[in-house]
Amino acid sequence: MTAAITADGIRQRYGDVQAVDGVSLTVETGEFYGILGPNGAGKTTTLEILEGIRKPDEGRIELLGMAPWPRNRDLLPRIGVQFQASAFFNKLTARETIRTFASFYGVGPKRADAMLERVGLTDSASVMTDKMSGGQAQRLSIACALAHDPELVFLDEPTTGLDPQARRNLWDLLRDINGEGRTVVLTTHYLDEAEILCDRVSVMDHGKVLKTGTPAALVREIDDTVRVSVESGQIGLGSVRELLAAAGAETASVEDDGATLAIATRAPAPVLSVLAEQGALRGLEVRGATLEDVFLQLTGREYRA
Amino acid sequence: MSAERSDAVSEPGTGAQAAEAPAVPAQRTTGGPAGTGGAAPKERASAFLSLSRVMIVSFLRDRTAVFFVLVFPLMFLLLFGTLLKGAGSPHAKVAQVGAVQVLDAVQGEGRAELEKVLTITRTDDAADALAKVRKGDLDAVVQQGPDGKVELRFSAADQVRAGSVQGIVNSVVQQANQAATGRPPAFTLEAVQVEDNSLKPIQFLTPGLLGWAVATGAVFGASLTLVSWRQKKVLRRLRLAPVSAGSIILSRVSVSILTALAQTTVFLLVATTPYFGLKLTGDWWLIVPLVVCATIAFMSIGLLAGSLAKTEEAANGISQIIVLPMSFLSGSFFPMDDAPAWLRTISDALPLKHLVSASQSVLTRGGGLSDALPTMGGLLLFAAALTAIASRFFRWEDA
Repeated sequence: MTAAITADGIRQRYGDVQAVDGVSLTVETGEFYGILGPNGAGKTTTLEILEGIRKPDEGRIELLGMAPWPRNRDLLPRIGVQFQASAFFNKLTARETIRTFASFYGVGPKRADAMLERVGLTDSASVMTDKMSGGQAQRLSIACALAHDPELVFLDEPTTGLDPQARRNLWDLLRDINGEGRTVVLTTHYLDEAEILCDRVSVMDHGKVLKTGTPAALVREIDDTVRVSVESGQIGLGSVRELLAAAGAETASVEDDGATLAIATRAPAPVLSVLAEQGALRGLEVRGATLEDVFLQLTGREYRA
Repeated sequence: MSAERSDAVSEPGTGAQAAEAPAVPAQRTTGGPAGTGGAAPKERASAFLSLSRVMIVSFLRDRTAVFFVLVFPLMFLLLFGTLLKGAGSPHAKVAQVGAVQVLDAVQGEGRAELEKVLTITRTDDAADALAKVRKGDLDAVVQQGPDGKVELRFSAADQVRAGSVQGIVNSVVQQANQAATGRPPAFTLEAVQVEDNSLKPIQFLTPGLLGWAVATGAVFGASLTLVSWRQKKVLRRLRLAPVSAGSIILSRVSVSILTALAQTTVFLLVATTPYFGLKLTGDWWLIVPLVVCATIAFMSIGLLAGSLAKTEEAANGISQIIVLPMSFLSGSFFPMDDAPAWLRTISDALPLKHLVSASQSVLTRGGGLSDALPTMGGLLLFAAALTAIASRFFRWEDA
């Protein structure tokens, strides 16, 4: 079993900034792999090094068993790349754009048009690329990356700037792409996106991989505090504290912001029974830890989208 | 398209476990059209052709570019060609105040000859005529005093005009004097221009303005494509496609050459109309290889400009700063024959100067292969040298 990507100890420095500081990762064939991190964490640089656009200062990389640097024209038809900003030619329509890119790989116009249909752009095929909406441009960009049927696909923040509906549509597309057996590597700003799409994620900050695992495992691994909340006004803050203490329920915090009474605990059962006894279950919500909590714990800072 | 993939597919969401479950073969078994081995000749040709098509289509859809490369130089040709149409011979306008015997005496055939070089208007208002001379509406005022003295009052503002009007009137007076002696002239002077008698402004305007047009198209074409493709990450995208650098460069050069030849065709068609009356000489077709070599030379300038510039605005500025002075110094708009020696030395270092003089030679002066070949060689050498310099500054990516 060959891994789609193996990277070992990649380092890249820009002037005083160590953009990538010893990243090692392995992406299995067919895997949907996410690289997660705040702005400036080194995600894009890492991706560019993996793609073979940049030569790292240090480190060894293999893509599909080949070195991406120096430029290897045997490797290029087997990978597909979508950049953060769409890279289109001036003054071309969507159809002309994808047909042009497809032709570089010896792929004919029929297949290019089929790809356009697949991303739902057939109706906008005659629209100039500079007149397209953000979502359309992203979809075209992805279509251009996929027209030649690559085994390994790199996507750099594909859903940034899209409205929720467009994001969801794109997620479906990305899932399908991966479902066909393609290996997908994605960087993202959005934790929910990584949680929904990725088989495994690496959390990056300051050029380093802090943690790698399935989203579920990462969430489980952290101190899994459960947040129980109900509408406020049903029970006083003081009395709930007393009752919880009396019932022997361990809590991390009990707060009431005037709208919601929130209780953070590692043992939700006694908390819930206290609330039930008091008939204070209106607006009940129980929420486990999310990737966001993982992120907060790992990087020690709020997520900056 | 999923139907074409015959390989087994791992269940979505099980990728983490896929390490232990060898569900997906590492190598695809599909013989899809995007097979490996990007060097297949068919692929190369198709990349070259589609890049060329992209450049032609985006050029033709860019109205500003079409205007500056094709229409604008043609407007100059039409404008200068029309303005300078009669400028082949010195022509002066004079006002004659009252009777001037020497002029009035010229009649018949002599009068027609005289009027070819001198437009004479009659007036009685000497002051008004003088005012017009001062303003430049007239070149001189002619009056005859009672003692037979012909008085010519001219403005020295335009020295060429001043000289020619003096010469013309002087010769009329001398002829009158000579005729008054009643004897045939002892000496006559017959001045014959060394150039073909038909040399008209259109014959130096066409090669000059064409050279300027070709330089503009090629320098801007190369520099703006390079910068815009780098800025829009198209270069990066091309690097990640199995396209050879040769295909990219060759397509850009081919499209620029095609543009230059289109400019040449339009220029020659317009200039040879009866209205402008350009007469092409013997080996005029040599303009084609000349323009091809010059385009390559100008593109190397554009390549350097585009390698140095970070933004399209900067590329535009750098290109303009090179092209416009080069055009003036190369005699695109007016001949450089009277320029000071040091300026002509600079001019000799410019590729456009050599294109202009070689195309002048082959288009209008009967020049042949021996005139064109050294220029073509020089232009290609220039291109090679500048390309070597530009490659030191070349960047695929924004810094």
